[in-house]
Amino acid sequence: MLTLERLEIVQDDFRLTADWTLPMGARAAVIGPSGAGKSTLLMAVAGFLAPTSGRILWQGQDITAIPPGKRPLSILFQDQNLFPHLTIAQNVGLGLRPDLRLASDDWRQVEGALERVGLGGMGGRKPAQLSGGQQGRAALARVLLRARPLLLLDEPFAALGPALKAEMLGLLAELAAATGATVLMVTHDPGDARRFADLTVLVADGVASPPVETAALFADPPPALRDYLGREA
Amino acid sequence: MASGARPLIAGAVALLIVALSLGSATVTALSATSWQMTAADWAAVRFTVVQSGLSAIASTLLAVPLARAMVRRRFWGRGLFLRLLAAPFLLPTIVAVLALLAIFGRSGPVNAGLQVLGLPALSIFGLHGVVLAHVFLNLPLACRMLVHGWQAIPAERFRLAESLGMGPGPQFRHLEWPMIRAVAPGAAVLVFLLCLTSFAVALTLGGGPAASTVELAIYQALRFDFDPGRAGLLAAVQFTLCAGVTLVAMRLTRDEGFGAGLGRAHPVPAPGGWRLAVDALVLGLGALFLLSPLAALLWRGVPGLAGLPSGVWVAAGRSLVVAVVSAVLASAAGLALVQARVTGARWAELAGMLPLAASGLVIGTGLFLVLRPFGAVERLALPVTVLVNATLSLPFLVRLLLPEARQVEADYGRLAGSLGLVGMARLRLLVLPRLARPLGFGTGLSAALSMGDLGVIALFAGERSVTLPLMVQRLAGAYRMEAAGAAALVLVALSFALFWGFDRMGARHADA
Repeated sequence: MLTLERLEIVQDDFRLTADWTLPMGARAAVIGPSGAGKSTLLMAVAGFLAPTSGRILWQGQDITAIPPGKRPLSILFQDQNLFPHLTIAQNVGLGLRPDLRLASDDWRQVEGALERVGLGGMGGRKPAQLSGGQQGRAALARVLLRARPLLLLDEPFAALGPALKAEMLGLLAELAAATGATVLMVTHDPGDARRFADLTVLVADGVASPPVETAALFADPPPALRDYLGREA
Repeated sequence: MASGARPLIAGAVALLIVALSLGSATVTALSATSWQMTAADWAAVRFTVVQSGLSAIASTLLAVPLARAMVRRRFWGRGLFLRLLAAPFLLPTIVAVLALLAIFGRSGPVNAGLQVLGLPALSIFGLHGVVLAHVFLNLPLACRMLVHGWQAIPAERFRLAESLGMGPGPQFRHLEWPMIRAVAPGAAVLVFLLCLTSFAVALTLGGGPAASTVELAIYQALRFDFDPGRAGLLAAVQFTLCAGVTLVAMRLTRDEGFGAGLGRAHPVPAPGGWRLAVDALVLGLGALFLLSPLAALLWRGVPGLAGLPSGVWVAAGRSLVVAVVSAVLASAAGLALVQARVTGARWAELAGMLPLAASGLVIGTGLFLVLRPFGAVERLALPVTVLVNATLSLPFLVRLLLPEARQVEADYGRLAGSLGLVGMARLRLLVLPRLARPLGFGTGLSAALSMGDLGVIALFAGERSVTLPLMVQRLAGAYRMEAAGAAALVLVALSFALFWGFDRMGARHADA
């Protein structure tokens, strides 16, 4: 259970507040106009940005002061999710131990994770030798090995074509279901939210609203969402 | 986010630099027995400023037509010529002096030509010799900075200018002149700063009360007159001078990559006619001035290689050890400072730039005064040289590494943070692989500078700690020119080999 307790983030003249709880195992989309603070919210949860006030809790434990790598979460960024100078297997292996001192058992686990995402036998390649979709799969394999209960996604598949993106979201849903992970995913595509997320957080006008049922939200959008969606709604 | 060890190391490095530069300046100032400058002291200050000013102006003025011709003309060997422009940075000063002596010296081809024409002989000693050597050493640097300036003018500007019907004259006025006005002052101040601390050139081509730099005067006060009080005063004066010019230089110069590629398609229009002839003449004269001394050195040095005194090889071994140890120390220190700067510590960058204000002999004099009470300083000659050389090459390393380290942090800092990649693991798995190329280049540069350094070692050296540059200088001082030329060849070969080796090592580890 992720709790944002009277969270407030202030940067110059930008301000964002959030005060809500996301239940365990939920899959939530974060949508809203660009510049509203979707990524900022994620960066605060991930620990790259210290909130001005308020607390972030996981299962009732305060994690606000914990460094990013030690938080009970994994995050995928828009780009640069793999180190280009390391092989795919090394990149995935970082999910087991950040110092990469892996035993042969660990390497077998790495290969297993690669097979699981459809990259069996490709561990020796460098990221540049992989397609965009394959790079996304490699990053997901690392998420699998990190096995953290919370997964944050900052539009990692936005650069992929529609078919490939749907495929990646399918794989993601499968992995999340298998590991029971709680997912918070930023997207600018309402279709992603409807297909993938049972809950949706709307970020607009300086407020990240509490998560509500995605279907219900789109059935009767509040004014801020209606403005964002335009005539589509 | 980062582990505690790295900022601690950076802090220790910064403290050491402050102690070596500001500490030396303080120690020397305190040991000055009198603040009364003698007429000779004033003469040294005057000569230092005048020769630096003339060298800076001449180097920059000559660099403008040369850089322009190089940017807009294609010719055979252009790539090699551009690369050779980086070489004088690696060329040991004493070698450059010997090379110039081979051309402009009493028995060189220039004076032979003058004699045939019935003109009076030209002497390379004194003010004009010092300026000549400094132009030889720094013209390539000024030229490189201007070439980068020209290449930074967007090709679209020139296309727009041509579409508006501007000829070469208006194009120069509207596009090239503003760039020159922006870049040339920075180049001139940098050359000025480098010439202020000139020691080896003044030692060999200057000398006497009429042509002594402050740096040389410090050396003579300490080594020959054994007058620590006067050396202290001169060192304090030198520090003030350099610190002031460094402040000006930091305002006027932009981040200058020493290794940027120069091969891409040139946007600068290349007009024909008399302009082509002028460019060809400029390029020819430039190549003649910069390359003929090196060719003459090769010509004169090779015959002596077989009969080199064995002491030369021993000195070469010493120099290699000094160069490698100081280069490795400098890169480790530079890396620690740069990483600290990237994670927010502004003082780390300032500490890395501080040695620009201190010259080798200022730090050397400070260490000499501090260490003297503990016994014979000769025994410490090599460790002190390692320390001083490492310190003096830090500013170059920091400027080289900082932009690249910033890029790595911007691209991968968050990913590394999210995976808990901290401390040694971050250094091993992220920083070293991503910075391998500039680290190799910088370590090579630092090793070559240290290999060829003739400054602080001259102050400290006893018989058993003579390095190769000092050996070359002593052989030349004893008029054993054949042996000096051959030893100079060994020195320059080792300097280039060190640079090349480290640079290759960096490039090999930098894949993807």
